[in-house]
Amino acid sequence: MNKFLTIILTVLSFNVFAAIDIYQFKDAEKQHRFQTLVAELRCPKCQNQNLADSNSEIATDLRMKVYQMLEKDQSDDVIIDYMLERYGEFVLYKPRVSGQTLILWYGPILLLLIGLIIIGLILYNRLKKTSTDKYKINLDQQQQQTLATLLNTNNEKK
Amino acid sequence: MKRGLLFIPLGLFIVLGAFLWKGLSIDPTKLPSALLGKPFPNFKVETLKDANKIATNTDLIGQPVLINVWATWCPSCRQEHVQLLKIAQKNKIPLIGLNYKDNRQTALNWLEQLGDPYQFNIYDENGMLGLDLGVYGAPETYLLDKNGIIKHRHVGVVTEEVWQKLKGMINE
Repeated sequence: MNKFLTIILTVLSFNVFAAIDIYQFKDAEKQHRFQTLVAELRCPKCQNQNLADSNSEIATDLRMKVYQMLEKDQSDDVIIDYMLERYGEFVLYKPRVSGQTLILWYGPILLLLIGLIIIGLILYNRLKKTSTDKYKINLDQQQQQTLATLLNTNNEKK
Repeated sequence: MKRGLLFIPLGLFIVLGAFLWKGLSIDPTKLPSALLGKPFPNFKVETLKDANKIATNTDLIGQPVLINVWATWCPSCRQEHVQLLKIAQKNKIPLIGLNYKDNRQTALNWLEQLGDPYQFNIYDENGMLGLDLGVYGAPETYLLDKNGIIKHRHVGVVTEEVWQKLKGMINE
């Protein structure tokens, strides 16, 4: 049984190795940039995967292209422009700030601000209510004296 | 004033509903070409039939052409082949093939067996022209005007319906 399992697992594991392509980088900084780029660029064929995750033919080609361009000492911007020219804004998982994407970048902050303003207004209204005359008790001089004596006698009893 | 506020959720629901409704009719697999309105990328690539013959941009200029990206490993390409043959018969517009990441001999066999609708084929063995063109999967079909400017991109099988649409664009 164990032998059987070993064989099955060995055969299955070939799939895992099949998808890995190996890129040798001269320095660690480039390797790091490569990993960031393939994580931020989206595979045009497979919708919801980045270049790093995808096994599709085109993703393999594009990874290769990113590698080649890095080796030619091209900057990240040049590489991203290269992809943009060919596949459009779609390939960016981290879209650029432009008229069309403003709402993506600043929408959340705007919503947060609106929320804060609403909370502020609600709190403000509540504070105003508690400080209105409804809760204030106006005592004249005599009543205040009575209140003081009452409080005092109470204290003395203790 | 207070009663008016009660309609806010309804308003939000309608706005959200409108967006979701629109989303239903959008096909997320169809990407607009980044090259629409731009010239076909520069290339110097050998032709499929004759490795000594080099095709360049000048071969695409002078009249509107259809560029069809295909490969023998692509099942949908086989599916659209019949329609391509029909288009070629009508002789309305030259059909130029871009044989994408394929094997030369297999591709030649394919054309011999199924018929050859193409005026000529660009043999893009390593897919570099495809990359410049923004191809992300065969089949794709591009309509170029007489100056070599990309007017339209169709991703997927060219059906009779698609051809009618393309024909309308050629006549414009």
